[in-house]
Amino acid sequence: MRYERPETLMDATALLAEASENAFVLAGGTDLLVRMQSDDFKADLVVDIKSIAGMGEVTETEDAFVIGAAVPCAALGEHEALTAAWPGVVEAANLIGSTQVQGRCTVSGNLCNASPAADSVPALVAANAKVRIAGPGGTREAAVLDIPTGPGKTSLAKGEIIESVILPKPTARSGDAYLRFTPRTEMDIAVVGAGVSLSLDDDGVVKSARVALGAVGPKVMLVEDGARALVGTRLEDAALNALAAACSAGSNPIDDKRGTVEFRKQVAGVLARRAAQTAYTRAGEK
Amino acid sequence: MTSIAVSTTINDDDVEFLCQPDETLLDVLRNRLGLMGAKEGCGTGDCGACSTIMDGRVVCSCLVLGAEAQGRTIETIEGLANGSELHPLQSKFIEHAALQCGICTPGFLMAAKALLDKNPDPTEEEIRYWLAGNLCRCTGYDKIVRAVQAAATEMRGESA
Repeated sequence: MRYERPETLMDATALLAEASENAFVLAGGTDLLVRMQSDDFKADLVVDIKSIAGMGEVTETEDAFVIGAAVPCAALGEHEALTAAWPGVVEAANLIGSTQVQGRCTVSGNLCNASPAADSVPALVAANAKVRIAGPGGTREAAVLDIPTGPGKTSLAKGEIIESVILPKPTARSGDAYLRFTPRTEMDIAVVGAGVSLSLDDDGVVKSARVALGAVGPKVMLVEDGARALVGTRLEDAALNALAAACSAGSNPIDDKRGTVEFRKQVAGVLARRAAQTAYTRAGEK
Repeated sequence: MTSIAVSTTINDDDVEFLCQPDETLLDVLRNRLGLMGAKEGCGTGDCGACSTIMDGRVVCSCLVLGAEAQGRTIETIEGLANGSELHPLQSKFIEHAALQCGICTPGFLMAAKALLDKNPDPTEEEIRYWLAGNLCRCTGYDKIVRAVQAAATEMRGESA
């Protein structure tokens, strides 16, 4: 195995573009190093992106927060403006693994690892986050929703790296939340995860909403029927029931040791309802 | 594989070592530098026995490549005591009998140090969540939590 630590994105993408199929980006390493322990995993090249300028920083621009691909999740929780703007995204990122994992793991890595149960991804999708992608042919932007394509698979082309996650600045009177179900409160993998983001008009009526679910299908899903059930309401019982029904119906989970199909579908509705209520309360407080 | 030359700072000392590209920081500490305090429990970041502090954040050294230590500041259990004077966390672990077999202890101490460096007055709940990535299979967690609370009290200069 070769270990490279390029100082520019251009060098990093060139290394990956020229490499074999067994080339990997290293940011926090909390997934990659675990895989490297396995006998049937082979890495020919590991490209550590932490020496590239800007990768380790959260930058606040006029209309967005730009989270460099090597920013550890613990640093997101320490960023006051980001935590105030997107508490649900920060909560989700801070649910990943242990304190030790938090000090290393990144939201870009959580996204690229493409686990259906990734905690930060439904929250990012609900927040309508984008990613900036650097590749041999230049840079492009894509929606977070479009990056995972299935378990362990992404839409990134050979040589492409996520450079940053871009969270738009929330509009006035908007809020978000993320909830997951796990048997243990810490150090566990989501059986179901639900992220909700919504914004209100001056009368407290939901103007727009996004609802995303994790761990109930091969990739994160945006539940548009669920979001539509909230728009035009003040989250009365009928709206919340419609949201829960849409989330249960839209879920396409598997049976495994951590939860049955029937259980996951029900919990998807329950968590979406609770996340929507928290997001609504937060939106009203801004 | 070609060895990589790494310059780093460990427990305030400048250290240089050669390692393989796929060698973990834990293996470097134990096998190349003779720092045997960090333990390998699981090797996959689940147990916290290999906890060390890198640039002020507690990490599992089994999930860090040795090559990543370049230019970083590493703290290990070997640097926790000041000469023969134990750190308050170490004294309180002994006083409260917060260890039995001791395999998990260096990891707990380094994780607890990182907590108290950041938050000198954590609640019991904050301590328990912070240490959720450190597993102990014989002492149980209550004595460990009490020891961390007692050390925090002493370090704040208050009497228990």
